[in-house]
Amino acid sequence: MVADILRSLLRRPAGLISATLLVLLYGMALFAPFLSPTTPSAQNLDRTYHPPTALVWQDGHLSVQLYQLVDPSTAAYQPLPERSVPLRWFSEGPSYKLFGLFPAHRHLFTVPDSHPIYLLGSDATGRDVFTRLLYGAGISLSIGLIGVFLTSLLGLTIGGLAGYLGGWPDSLAMRLTEFLMAVPGLYLLLALRAALSSRFPSDATFLLIVVILSALGWAGTARVVRGLVLSLRERPFILAANIIGQRPWTILFRHLLPNTFSYLIVAATLSVPGYILGEAALSFLGLGIQEPASSWGLMLGQAQDIKIFMLNFWWLLTPGAAIILTVIAFNLLGDALRDAVDPRFRLPGK
Amino acid sequence: MSSPLLEVRHLSVHFPLRSGLLQRQTGVVKALDNVSLTVEKGSTLGLVGESGSGKTTLGRVIVRLVNPTSGSVHYAGQELTSLHGSELRPFRKKIQMVFQDPYNSLNPRLRIGTILAEPLEIHFPSISTADRTERVAELLQLVGLDPTFARRFPHEFSGGQRQRIGIARALAVEPEFIICDEPVSALDVSVQAQIVNLLMDLQEKLNLTYLFIAHDLAVVEHVSDQIAVLEHGKLVEEGSSEQITTHPSHPYTQRLLASIPSLD
Repeated sequence: MVADILRSLLRRPAGLISATLLVLLYGMALFAPFLSPTTPSAQNLDRTYHPPTALVWQDGHLSVQLYQLVDPSTAAYQPLPERSVPLRWFSEGPSYKLFGLFPAHRHLFTVPDSHPIYLLGSDATGRDVFTRLLYGAGISLSIGLIGVFLTSLLGLTIGGLAGYLGGWPDSLAMRLTEFLMAVPGLYLLLALRAALSSRFPSDATFLLIVVILSALGWAGTARVVRGLVLSLRERPFILAANIIGQRPWTILFRHLLPNTFSYLIVAATLSVPGYILGEAALSFLGLGIQEPASSWGLMLGQAQDIKIFMLNFWWLLTPGAAIILTVIAFNLLGDALRDAVDPRFRLPGK
Repeated sequence: MSSPLLEVRHLSVHFPLRSGLLQRQTGVVKALDNVSLTVEKGSTLGLVGESGSGKTTLGRVIVRLVNPTSGSVHYAGQELTSLHGSELRPFRKKIQMVFQDPYNSLNPRLRIGTILAEPLEIHFPSISTADRTERVAELLQLVGLDPTFARRFPHEFSGGQRQRIGIARALAVEPEFIICDEPVSALDVSVQAQIVNLLMDLQEKLNLTYLFIAHDLAVVEHVSDQIAVLEHGKLVEEGSSEQITTHPSHPYTQRLLASIPSLD
């Protein structure tokens, strides 16, 4: 079943493109410490707002162009002609733990300590934007997945049971969802953040944000699943399952809920961007991920300085581009998945 | 003939009508009103009536999808309406149903093999997976379909083929009594004849008893030994198939007969 869906998905151009893109993005997030030349908190106060460094081919090596600071007040840098440092491939650098488990200190590429490499420039304290983007991807991308997993699970269980059982469990669940939906989202977000923050240690902010976003998100899913179950419940194939003597719980899990999956899978992939944007919004407001950790939203939040716009430090907005790319990829994937999941839309041929 | 296999005594099903803010009961719909019927073993009772006359409700009371307001249903001497949960299970194996709408009566997410294996898992839990697969193939052949169809999904089939699959599902538990709830009214005419003939062949082969529900008196006449006519939940006439179609006594039956299109 899963293999069928996957095959069907990858045969669609939109599915293939978006899946490849997402595998790449998640791969980059997973291998962030290996792919980045330095650490996300390494500062260099002599090199603030450094523009992206050019890579040149010199003496048979891929080398990084060196720059000199010409005007500290506007952070203007000028390339030094004929001066570059060759990249060191698979060299040793700052030590890290791969997947948080395996101690390692090899990096894909580094440069000697005294020379900086900023593939996507540096920020206000001379930290490498490229490195922070990679590390931030881990947080931004996993918040979407974990959040959607929690929401779908909650929505499916509560909505499915409400629709199937009817009566007072149904009323209770629906009044609860109405309450959640009636409270303006941003206020609830801020209130929950304030109410819950004392219960979480500061390094578990990540977890806190996921919990807040899922607590707000399940209501919509639950309502739609309930509606679907209500309409499916009267379909003859459910009556038939009753008549052959199938147990109520088996009917729920084998006949009712699987028929809500095509909706649920699409809704889930389409709502991943919501979580990424939710995290970005919270971090942008300074209520999400805290320094020194990095996330795309936090990086964008720090890029709202007027100086950055006036002096056109465009590289500080690359997290925005990363968010757009991820959101589009998830939307495309959701679209392709809807067709892949429904047996009626299976492409011909085995 | 022996004693009746199914006996419906003074059956009434009333649905309350509620309205207003407090949902007070303001009236009642009498879907079935004091209906009594008997079906002999191995015979077919045709049940006719226009839409809303309570035909489907009667079928659903017998399989306990709807609870009666009063009256009783006896199957082979056992009263059914008072049974609950697991007490009903033996009767689930004996009484089955074929549905009107073949497009909605099969779970679109399951392969035909899984749909047909489900009743086997419930009522014959001890048979092996290989035997079950074989039985599914037998069932498909029994209703005139290719055994390889087991690997396909419902949407790949036409209405007539799906109705055959629905019949195969009903037959899977080796039932004695099948309620055919308008089994052909959603199909086109040439396919209707095939399905009706299939049902009649199966009756002969497997010694089945049918309650054949339809609004089309012409079809019912063809398959039934006895015919009962329902109007607004009341039984207005009952008799042998021949008697009803040649000498209808109730004006409603006469109007139903007159409504059959003919070539003359």
